[in-house]
Amino acid sequence: MKKNIATISPGFEDIMPEEYQDLVNDGPYGRGLGIKNLGTFKELIEEHPLCAGCGLALAIRLTAASLPAPEDTIIVGTTGCNSILMPQLAIHNIHSLFGNQSSLAAGLKRALKLRYPDKNKDVVVMAGDGGIADIGLSPTLHTWLRRENLTTIMLDNESYSNTGGQESGMSCEGAVLNMAPTGKKFPKIPMPEIAKDSGCAYVATVSVANARRLGRMVKRAILVAREIGPTYLQIFVPCPTNYKFSTSETLKRAKEREKIMEYISSEAEKLIKEANI
Amino acid sequence: MMERKVVDPEYMFKRAPREKKFLIGNEAVAEAVKRANVDIAIAYPITPQSEATHIVGDIYAEGYIKDYYRGEDEFNVMSAIAGARMGGARTFTATSGPGTLRAFEMFPLWAGARLPVVCAFMCRGVNSPLTIQPDNIEIGWLMDTGMLIFHAENPQEFFDMTLQAYIVAEQPDVHIPIGVCVDGFFVTHTREIVEVTPEDEMLPPYDPSTSPVPIMDMEVPPIRQMRDPFVMKSNYISYNTHASWQQEVRAAGERAKKHIARYVGKFIEVTNPDAEILLIASGTAAAQARVAMEQAREKGMDVGLAKIRVIRPFPEDEVRELAENPRIIIVPEHNIVGWLAREIKSRIDNSGKVRGHPRVFGGMTMPPEFIMEEIVNGRAR
Repeated sequence: MKKNIATISPGFEDIMPEEYQDLVNDGPYGRGLGIKNLGTFKELIEEHPLCAGCGLALAIRLTAASLPAPEDTIIVGTTGCNSILMPQLAIHNIHSLFGNQSSLAAGLKRALKLRYPDKNKDVVVMAGDGGIADIGLSPTLHTWLRRENLTTIMLDNESYSNTGGQESGMSCEGAVLNMAPTGKKFPKIPMPEIAKDSGCAYVATVSVANARRLGRMVKRAILVAREIGPTYLQIFVPCPTNYKFSTSETLKRAKEREKIMEYISSEAEKLIKEANI
Repeated sequence: MMERKVVDPEYMFKRAPREKKFLIGNEAVAEAVKRANVDIAIAYPITPQSEATHIVGDIYAEGYIKDYYRGEDEFNVMSAIAGARMGGARTFTATSGPGTLRAFEMFPLWAGARLPVVCAFMCRGVNSPLTIQPDNIEIGWLMDTGMLIFHAENPQEFFDMTLQAYIVAEQPDVHIPIGVCVDGFFVTHTREIVEVTPEDEMLPPYDPSTSPVPIMDMEVPPIRQMRDPFVMKSNYISYNTHASWQQEVRAAGERAKKHIARYVGKFIEVTNPDAEILLIASGTAAAQARVAMEQAREKGMDVGLAKIRVIRPFPEDEVRELAENPRIIIVPEHNIVGWLAREIKSRIDNSGKVRGHPRVFGGMTMPPEFIMEEIVNGRAR
């Protein structure tokens, strides 16, 4: 996208919604902004209907603020809490079905490579833990195994939150949730290890409480996906609604259980060093 | 790869010189894909379709298609096809029976997202018990997905309709998917004379700027699609949005009629429309019905044939008119449910004259004698 493509037709300045005027005049397109600039520009995300204290909503906000090229980024989501927020994002985004986000993104990325051979079009899959690790595990793995140039970001709230708090493959062993009335019977799916073994050139885990590091990881994951191959970022986003804790405790819980991990292939290492991110 | 030139679609379909080749249906559809200026083809193995997408792969290797791969399963192939279409590329894929069912959730999405996907369905039976044999029950299920459906009788129609489907589907006032269906094996594996257009002539490329919905490439300004997602609301506006959009998809199908008439030709081919007994059939059942009709007429029986080529949008007016004169209407089909007989009965006033027989399925062939028996029984009534 050209940096100034979003403009307001003359004469319509005063009737366009204020938030749109802000986006046109002070949006992040083509400005190379990041989390450290939050508060100084109009963000891509407008008010949203997710629950108070939602860790996932904050993760999407931080991710959106960290995109290296929001003017040329397309986000593919899937059914889940993310799909309730995503339509508020001032960036092309697709709600696929439930679980096919990676395969759809692969087709999209290939089409954009053909149509814009001289441009970077970043395709980012951003979906929940149920969408990626359960119902969408097959296309998630296959896009990695095929070395598609996609960034996959899991918003891991350790449950199916939008459908009412059911146990997911990413829930911890023993967690009592809907559909696991006597506690989950098997451990959390080791997605970071699977990602590494499946060919991801960059794999990282972080929590939503660690904004600066999260922002850097988003930039790295997208840059590596653009130049080298698939990347995976797993963000822990506690859910007060379904895990039934106070909405003020989200970040505290995120911090307590945060696991920071970063695997960088040697090729990716070189790229990240050159790009200085 | 040979030098090729873009030609006008109407010229290609109606006036271009034709070369005779001896092709099976799977080769014929691949010949069409070669001339269709396809950007991306995605394949997944399933009998009896696989051979067609093997050849499409060879065409890719020769440079006539820009991207091609084997996907992980039919649901994800159809998803990737959707993604490629949302990104503004022209696509091709094909599947059969169980693959159609595996992919099914994607078909209403293709229609609802206004994606002009062209997909070939080489119909076969579905489990259980296990079968790979010809049976077109899947068309009956595809009929209500919002997709347009052509039913080709033979390799020649498979070649022509595949090319025509791209041009119809991509009209801005249509822009919904088209399934080009054939009966597996009977068409896919049967070798016939097929008249193909010159190898160095191809369709104009797809122009993404003609899409009635935004292409997802961040080249047009992004908008917030909605302030409150409809899925979270229980109110009139959210219901009405979904309801009116479904109607719009069906309306796009109706608007396709004029383009189908222009590029594909007749919805129904009729022989002896004033006959006492009218056979109505589609696909290879029409081929068998034609033989039965000829045998019956040789014996002095007054029999006609209406071959329906376009199942969606269904040619209701023409069928209603055709149904007025004959005393008996016989609908032979290659499936157990009789979706065509059901469709015809639901559209005409005097449905009691429709006999939904013979039906063969599970791989059985339909000898013209089966149809003749219905004709004789019908005359005796």
